[in-house]
Amino acid sequence: MAAEPSPAGNTGLTRQARTRLGHTVLHAALLVGTFFMVMPFLWMLSTSLKMPKEIFRYPPLWIPTEFAWSNYRDTLTALPFDRFYLNSAIVSVSSTLIQVLAAALAAFAFARLRFKGRNPLFLLYLATLMIPFQVTMIPNFILISRVLDWYNTYQALIFPTSFSAFSVFLLRQFFAGLPMELDEAARMDGASTLRIWWQVILPLSGPALAALSIFSFLGSWNSFLWPLVVTASNEMRTIPVGLSAFQGEHNTAWNLLMAGSVIALVPVLAVYMVGQNWFQRGITLSGMGGR
Amino acid sequence: MASDASPLRPPPRWRRWRADQQSEGYLFLLPSLAGFLLFVLIPVVAALVLSLYEWSLLSPGEYVGLTNYLNLFRRDPTFFKALGNTLYFTVTIVPLQLAAGLAVALALNQAIKGLAIYRLIYFMPVVTTIVAGALVFQWIFNKDFGILSAVIWRINELTGIPVQPPDWLTDPAWARPAVVILTLWKNVGFTMVIYLAGLQAIPVELYDAAEVDGATSWRRLLYITLPMISPTTFFLMVIQMIGAFQLFDEAFVMTRGGPAQATTTIVYYVYVNAFEYRRFGMASTVAWVLFAFIFAFTFLQNRLQHRWVHYETDDGR
Repeated sequence: MAAEPSPAGNTGLTRQARTRLGHTVLHAALLVGTFFMVMPFLWMLSTSLKMPKEIFRYPPLWIPTEFAWSNYRDTLTALPFDRFYLNSAIVSVSSTLIQVLAAALAAFAFARLRFKGRNPLFLLYLATLMIPFQVTMIPNFILISRVLDWYNTYQALIFPTSFSAFSVFLLRQFFAGLPMELDEAARMDGASTLRIWWQVILPLSGPALAALSIFSFLGSWNSFLWPLVVTASNEMRTIPVGLSAFQGEHNTAWNLLMAGSVIALVPVLAVYMVGQNWFQRGITLSGMGGR
Repeated sequence: MASDASPLRPPPRWRRWRADQQSEGYLFLLPSLAGFLLFVLIPVVAALVLSLYEWSLLSPGEYVGLTNYLNLFRRDPTFFKALGNTLYFTVTIVPLQLAAGLAVALALNQAIKGLAIYRLIYFMPVVTTIVAGALVFQWIFNKDFGILSAVIWRINELTGIPVQPPDWLTDPAWARPAVVILTLWKNVGFTMVIYLAGLQAIPVELYDAAEVDGATSWRRLLYITLPMISPTTFFLMVIQMIGAFQLFDEAFVMTRGGPAQATTTIVYYVYVNAFEYRRFGMASTVAWVLFAFIFAFTFLQNRLQHRWVHYETDDGR
């Protein structure tokens, strides 16, 4: 939409004027979009501060006449949000650590070591990339509840989702792009393979590791179906599942439900605001690296 | 370098690495492979076996051969409903998502003010927990007190046109568009950042050359931008399609698969079979059928891509 010397039918506007006009139109369009993106957040916040009588009224109020901060207190007493947060943090951090560590080791083996069966094994990983999680969900549920006896535990929340072929694939592609001479030089200096991995390859892979970490963390933090299936009590529920259970109990107490949603979102959005470039780069890099 | 290794001394450490790597390779692979086998590979095969059984987990399972598959395709109207709904979501969500993401990315690829803020806001729903998003949209779509209904009533009052607000979440005809709107809000930021990365990789010289030739901005979009980002479009199409096939969270929180099963997707049906009807064999059958569909569609897209995806190098990506 930048200005250009176009041959016919143009008004006498100068190039700059047309650029300015173009930008005004752009801003107008972007602001409409912005409203659509932001409105749900504002509506959530507004409802979370309303007294019950102001929720069900027409025309709706954007700013409550009286801020009902007690909604937050009521929500926090009705639901152990501190516990949900703790659970989400434990699960997401452990799952991300396991995911990145195991994948970095495996990707190193696939990209830079030679051993029998390397290529067939890598193909096996690749072959599962397209298999949706729901296929493995049922057997994993049976494994967790009947074989390992992990139902409603942290292990159940953490392990089954920590070994994706995707993360191995992503890091392997990255490691394979680093020059082989690095390993050889380190070996000549007497470095062990583990040291090459830790002190040569990993330090050079910062962006890929960061991207994968953010991607896994966000995925784990917001994951819903698996935690829904393997948890049974508030002691083990993560934030999304806890919020969903709350919905089942208070399905018309919109002020409390919205307060719960705000509580669930504020820390994540705060972290996002601070590190938005990291988030977007992480998602882009993982997104583009895959498939 | 090889000449200074005397036969009496053992070869220096760095030259032994090939032999060492046999065992080291497996050691490095071990943690990942163990988890991968236990939680991915074995379950995939187990799901296939399970799909041939009828099993409630309470009594011993019973081998039924292909009965689950036959029942699914011959006498399970809910399955066809779920299949239809999933296809509906795929054909609506994927094009809308791509078009909206591209439009925003094109706008943000200009040198305008406030770029960073726009990017921040459009991406915000991507990091938002879908349960919270679905809850607030459920409230927005509320027939009596939702903000959308209020807007329509307002129009009604001001213009006198007797428009009735749709009963979004309890009318089967409106529940599916409501889910589409929610997913659009949630994911447009994702397609936007991927498209932006694609747009920024297009060499500026191409545009400069086109401008010298007097190409209008519309023609530049049509003949430079769209072909140059077609690999990105292809990638997003595949990803979004796989995502649409797996739609669950939105339908579970906002509509519970209803009304009248209007938002029951295939994954929702997997969930219901396993965790409500306790038909774990049937649930695995549905999951495998889902996989077959994803595989077929991805394969198809891959075959068709040479018709419209433009790669700069001959070997693709």
